[in-house]
Amino acid sequence: MRKFKIDHKFEFTTLITLYAQWIREGKLKVNSDWNKDLKIKFTAQDPCNMVRKTWGQKMADDMRFVIRTIVGEENFIDMVPNGINNYCCGGGGGALQAGFTDQRRAYGKVKFNQIQETRATYVFAPCHNCHAQIEDIGHHFGGHYNVVHIWTIMCLAMGVLGENERTYLGDDLKDIGLNKEDQP
Amino acid sequence: MSLPIEINDMEPEFKALVLDRVPTANLDLCLTCGTCTAGCPASELFEMDPRKLVRMVVLGLDEEIAKTPWAWVCTMCTRCVNACPMKVDIPKLVYNMRAGWPREKRPKGILGSCDMHIRAGNAMGVPTEDFIWTVEDVAEEIQMTDPRFKDMQVSVDRPGAYYAINQNSREPVTEPDELAPLWKILHAVGADWTYPSVMWGGENYCLFLADDEGWRYILEEFVYHIDNTLKCPVVVNTE
Repeated sequence: MRKFKIDHKFEFTTLITLYAQWIREGKLKVNSDWNKDLKIKFTAQDPCNMVRKTWGQKMADDMRFVIRTIVGEENFIDMVPNGINNYCCGGGGGALQAGFTDQRRAYGKVKFNQIQETRATYVFAPCHNCHAQIEDIGHHFGGHYNVVHIWTIMCLAMGVLGENERTYLGDDLKDIGLNKEDQP
Repeated sequence: MSLPIEINDMEPEFKALVLDRVPTANLDLCLTCGTCTAGCPASELFEMDPRKLVRMVVLGLDEEIAKTPWAWVCTMCTRCVNACPMKVDIPKLVYNMRAGWPREKRPKGILGSCDMHIRAGNAMGVPTEDFIWTVEDVAEEIQMTDPRFKDMQVSVDRPGAYYAINQNSREPVTEPDELAPLWKILHAVGADWTYPSVMWGGENYCLFLADDEGWRYILEEFVYHIDNTLKCPVVVNTE
């Protein structure tokens, strides 16, 4: 909108900003108790478009605040480098649809190595391009991680994630929170 | 075979074109330090890298620049310009390389998604009524089966809602159940929200295609709908 100088009355924000705000305000009641004993490790991809290209390090910090809240401080392992210096996953800018598959994967190898280094078994990818690319390079290079949206783990932590909303969870989390009183 | 460069014969027309469109691209300021290239995952793909590209532009190797498919391998992630001491805007240079390709010769996947977005309001080409039907169907299922969410509000085009939330079109098409976790969070915080029905796809392939006209059209339609029809004060970009 800036590029084309299109005037708009609305304010523009992101879900991640709102998640962080709602947690700080106490409106979004969520914690990491579910992962206290499981100790499942998570890392996160900073989407270039949201972080480096639009909202900067503040967005990266908000994302980490949200993630640490829902998985536990000690269960989040950052990639290096990260935040505004993060590497692109290699799926952005239309690369996933551009047809140069070999080059896209060679590009993604940098990201794959970064993820493997963290030894995390789950990667948050709050962007559909990143999500699809990180899954693809995981399969291609033989990684053993799952790729998730924040909303999935947020609902898991709140005990409201439905049985059919677990496509991206590994077997270790498929049944968590399902057998208790919270299911109808 | 290497040939000496004849400085007097240099006609860097592409450079002039890019600088005309992007006066802040700083193409002449490159120090050839290579910071961009060292930190670019696309370096060496198609025997190209950001520093080499800038050299080629400055030297006027316009034909080679016009041909290299590297324009579609670089993701315009902006890591290079972020690190560049002289702020040489390589991503905008790449955008203009893409724009230089005849529209029909640009990658079919991106082209198709951009055209679909212009026509249908989302890159997957989902008709609006199907989107609304899917949203209502998934919502109803949850409201009926989970008592904790029997009052969960889910709507499309509800004027006056505080938040207008865009939605990647992949979910309603290939994995509708994935729509619901977000709704549950919004319900838990009591958010007053709606989906817009016009240009509701959160993706933007016309940007990737370097189609200024298509990109602008999508934004204008979207802004008009939000500001004039729905009057939502806040637009939220989805995950």
